[in-house]
Amino acid sequence: MTFIAKPRLHHPSLVKNKAGFTRRDYEGAVSTLCAGCGHDSISAAIIQACYELDILPHQVAKLSGIGCSSKAPTYFVGASHGFNTVHGRMPSVMTGANLANKNLIYMGVSGDGDSASIGLGQFAHIMRRGVNMTYIVMNNGVYGLTKGQFSATADKGSISKKGVANADASIDMVSMAILMGATFVGRSFSGDKHQLVPLIKAAMAHKGAAFLDVISPCVAFNNHAGSTKSYEYVREHNEALNRLDFIEGREEITADYAPGTATTVRQHDGSILRLRKLGEEYDPSDKIAAMKRVQEGLASGEVVTGLLYVDPSPVDLHANLNTVDAPLNTLQTGDLCPGPQALERINASLR
Amino acid sequence: MKPTDITNPDYFHKVVDCQWACPAHTPVPEYIRLIAHGRYSDAYMINWKSNVFPGILGRTCDRPCEPACRRSRVEDETLVKGKKEPVAICRLKRVAADYKDDAIAEHMPKAPAKNGKRIACVGGGPASLTVARDLAVLGYEIVIYDQDPKLGGFIRTQIPHFRLPESVIDEEVGYITGIGNIEFRHQKVDSMKTLLAEGYDAVFVGCGAPRGRELDVPGRQEAAANIHIGIDWLSSVSFGHTTSVGKRVIVLGGGNTAMDCCRTARRLGGQDVKVIVRSGFEEMKASPWEKEDAMGEDIPILNFLVPKEVKHDKGKIKGMVFEKVKAEYDAKGRRNLVPTGEPDAFYECDDVLVAIGQENAFPWIEKDAGIEFDKWGLPKLDEATLQSTVKKVFFGGDAAFGPKNIIWAAAHGHDAAISIHKLLTGEKVEERPAPGVNIVSQKMGIHEWSYDNAPTIDHRFKVPHRAKQEALKDIMAEVELGFDPELAFQEAQRCLNCDVQTVFTGKLCIECDACVDICPMDCITFTENGEEKDLRTRLNAPAPNPTQDLYIGNDLKTGRVMVKDEDVCLHCGLCAERCPTGAWDMRKYYMEMTHAEHACRQQ
Repeated sequence: MTFIAKPRLHHPSLVKNKAGFTRRDYEGAVSTLCAGCGHDSISAAIIQACYELDILPHQVAKLSGIGCSSKAPTYFVGASHGFNTVHGRMPSVMTGANLANKNLIYMGVSGDGDSASIGLGQFAHIMRRGVNMTYIVMNNGVYGLTKGQFSATADKGSISKKGVANADASIDMVSMAILMGATFVGRSFSGDKHQLVPLIKAAMAHKGAAFLDVISPCVAFNNHAGSTKSYEYVREHNEALNRLDFIEGREEITADYAPGTATTVRQHDGSILRLRKLGEEYDPSDKIAAMKRVQEGLASGEVVTGLLYVDPSPVDLHANLNTVDAPLNTLQTGDLCPGPQALERINASLR
Repeated sequence: MKPTDITNPDYFHKVVDCQWACPAHTPVPEYIRLIAHGRYSDAYMINWKSNVFPGILGRTCDRPCEPACRRSRVEDETLVKGKKEPVAICRLKRVAADYKDDAIAEHMPKAPAKNGKRIACVGGGPASLTVARDLAVLGYEIVIYDQDPKLGGFIRTQIPHFRLPESVIDEEVGYITGIGNIEFRHQKVDSMKTLLAEGYDAVFVGCGAPRGRELDVPGRQEAAANIHIGIDWLSSVSFGHTTSVGKRVIVLGGGNTAMDCCRTARRLGGQDVKVIVRSGFEEMKASPWEKEDAMGEDIPILNFLVPKEVKHDKGKIKGMVFEKVKAEYDAKGRRNLVPTGEPDAFYECDDVLVAIGQENAFPWIEKDAGIEFDKWGLPKLDEATLQSTVKKVFFGGDAAFGPKNIIWAAAHGHDAAISIHKLLTGEKVEERPAPGVNIVSQKMGIHEWSYDNAPTIDHRFKVPHRAKQEALKDIMAEVELGFDPELAFQEAQRCLNCDVQTVFTGKLCIECDACVDICPMDCITFTENGEEKDLRTRLNAPAPNPTQDLYIGNDLKTGRVMVKDEDVCLHCGLCAERCPTGAWDMRKYYMEMTHAEHACRQQ
C-alpha cells in the first residue's frame, strides 16, 4: 500500500462544479489496494462521474460487502455515508436503507465473490425489487484477498496464475441482472474511462435498479496470459456496442450527430441517453434482443460492453409498494399513529 | 510527436527549472536536500564547485533560479492566500555557508606543481577569481591585477556591507587564493600591449563595467559638489572615504545600485531619502525584494518622473525638477514615455546620487592591440568560448557583454577557464565539454524512496531581519540575519526535488491507468499520438505552457503514447509508487557542469 497521502496540491486549472466542489473534493483516502488494481480506476471513474453530476457528497450512501472491491468505497467520495456490510448481504442492507430514506443516492459496490458467490441470492432479489440504486460489480474473476482462486465469474477454460484451467461454467452477471428485472444494465472495463464515466453517470441518474458489470483486472492474480480478465485480453476482445453520452434533462442538447449514427432514449424523468453507434444496429431498449446479443457474445468469446439494456420508464420499489412521498425516516409519531378516531373510522368502514 | 530522447542530458536538465535557469547550472535540489539533512558542508561544497561564492551569492545573487522555480506554478492559491512563491533558494544557499564546518578549507583543492604556463587576469572580481580557481588547480600560474588594494572587485567596493559583510568576502576570496599559484598585484593595468608583451600564455579580462552613466541636465556641472555617481560613491563609502550625506537625498535610477545607494544614504545621515525613476514602478530593473527592503526603510519610490534640471543657488544645490510622464505603447509594443502635460514636479534635496546605469570602458586597450570592438564598445567575442579576436585574450563577467551579475560572472569564468585550458593543451576551443550526469533510481523498497517525496503545503518562510532602528544606526550591521537551522529545514522541505525524475519505460507498461488516477496534478495521459499543438489540447488537464516539454513515452501494446506534461509535476513519485510493473521509476539526475579540471581529454 501507499504510505504517503495524495498531496493537496492540484493542477492550477482545476475548476469547481455547480455544487462548489473540484474533482479532487470527491476523492477519498489513498487506496490500500495493490498498485495497478482495476478497482482504483473504477473509483476514479466514480469520482469523475459524481463531479460531473454536481452531486452533493452528503447525499450519497455507499454500501459494500466484503472483498477487495468492497474496500473501494473508502477511496472515493469521502464526505458521504458508508456501510461496509456482512459478506454478500449488501443488497438487503441497501434495500432497507432505501426503504427508510429514499432521498439519498444509493451506490452499491461489490465484487464477483460478494455478488456471484455468497451473495447471489441477495443479488437476484435486489434486482427484481427494483431498488433505486447503482449497483457496480468490480469483476476480476478471482478471489484476490485469498490469493487468487477462481471466482464464480471466471470463464470456463480460463487459466489460473498457477496454470490450472477453470472447469466450472461461469456466471454472467449482466445476463443475471437483465433476467432478474434490472432496468439499466451495462458492462464496461476499468481501463476505458471514456466509456465507463458516462455509464456511471447515467446509472446514477436512472430511477430504478441500475447494474454495471465492470471488468477490473487483478494485477496480482489474474493478469497473465490465459486469463480472460487481463488488461490485454479485455482490450483485444472488447466489443463495444455503443458510446453513451448522458445528458441531464435540464441541459440543452448541443452535440450534433449525423443522421443514423446515434440512437436517442428519452427517459421518463426527462434525461436523455444518446448512444453513438459503433458498428452493428443495436437497440438497448429491446430486452429480448439484449439478452440474445449478450449470450452471443459469451458464446463467441467477445466481451460485449456498452449500455446493453435500459427500460426508459422504470418502476422502483417505492412505486411498487405505493409508499408516501416523504421518506419513511422523516415520518413522525403523529403520521404513523393517527390516533383512536382514525382507528375507529377504519373499523367502522369494515363493519 | 517523437518519443522523448531522455539520453540527451538537456531533457531532464530542463525539468530542473532552477538549475536550468542558473547561469552556472548549480545543482540546486541536491544541495537543498543536503541542507535539510543538516549536511551543510556538503551543500556548501556543491555550491563552491559550481558558483565559487556561496556565502556571497547567498546574500546578493540576482537569483534567476527563483522566478523559474516550479513551486511558484503549483502552489494552491487558497492555501497560500493568493501568492504563489518559489522556494527561497538563494537564502538557503546562505544557510550552507553559515553552518558549514569551520574546517571547510580542508576540503578545498591545493595547487599541484606548476605546469609552466602563466595566465594574467585583469580585474579582481568574481569572473577573474573563478578563472583563477579553475586554472590554479591545474598547475597554471595566475597573476591577478586590480586597482583596489584587495581582491573582490565590485563585490567588495559596491555592495554595501549591511548586505554583505566584508568577512564573508575575505573568507571566500581566501579559499581561492589559498589554493596556491595565484599572485595578486595591486596595480592598475594601463596598457594591453604592455601586458601582452610580458609573455603571458593567455589573458583574461574581467574588469567589469566600471563607468557609471552620467546625468546630462542643466545645472549638473554647477552643482557638481553635491551630485555623485552611484557606483563611485558606494565604493568611496566602502573604503571609508565618504562617511556622511545630506539630510535630504534624491537617488536617481531604478536598478539594484539605486537601491544600495538609497539604503546606504539612510545609514549616513539621510533622513528624507527618495528614489526617483523614469519608468513605472513595475518595470524597474531592481529585484522585487530589494525594492521591498528599500521601502521597508522608509524610502519612497516615485515613478514616471524624468530629470529635467538641477536647481541651485550659485552652485549650492536646492533641488531637482522632473517632468511628469506616462507610458504609451506603440503598435509594436514598444514603450514610449510621453509627457502628461501636468506641471513639473520639484523636489528639494541636499545631495543627488546618480545610479542610472553602468557602461563598459576599455581605455587601456589600445586600438592596434588586435582586439576588435563592436559599435556599442563591447569586445567582439565568441559567445560560448568568450575568446576575443586575439586568440589568447578572453573576456568574462560585465566586461564581456555589458553589466550582468555575479552569477553570470562565475559562469563566464568557468567557460573562459575551459577555453584557456583547451587553447593551451592544443585542443579545439570551440568543442565544449558535456555536463557530467549521474543517474540513480531512488527506489529503496516496495514503498520506500530515498528522498522526502511528500510535498509540504507551507508558504515561503521569511528570512528574519534585524530591527529597523538598530539596522539604520550602523552601516556595518547586516540587515538579514539568515535562516536558523530549523527555519532552513522547513524552507528546504518546500523544494519539490525536481531533479528526481519520472522515468517511463513503455515496454513494461500494462496501461492500467494507476498513474493517471493517482497523479495529483493530472499531468499524465494515455492517448493517440499527434502533433504537439494538437496533443496539448487532448490531455487530461490543459498544458498551456509551451516552454515546458511534453514527455512522450512509446512502446505501448495498444499503440497509444504516454504523454506527461512536465510543467506542473510535483515529483512526488506517486506514479511510480502506484505502478505495478515498474514502468515508472523515480531516478535522480545529478547534473554537474564540467569545469576546466575535467574538460580536456589530453592533459
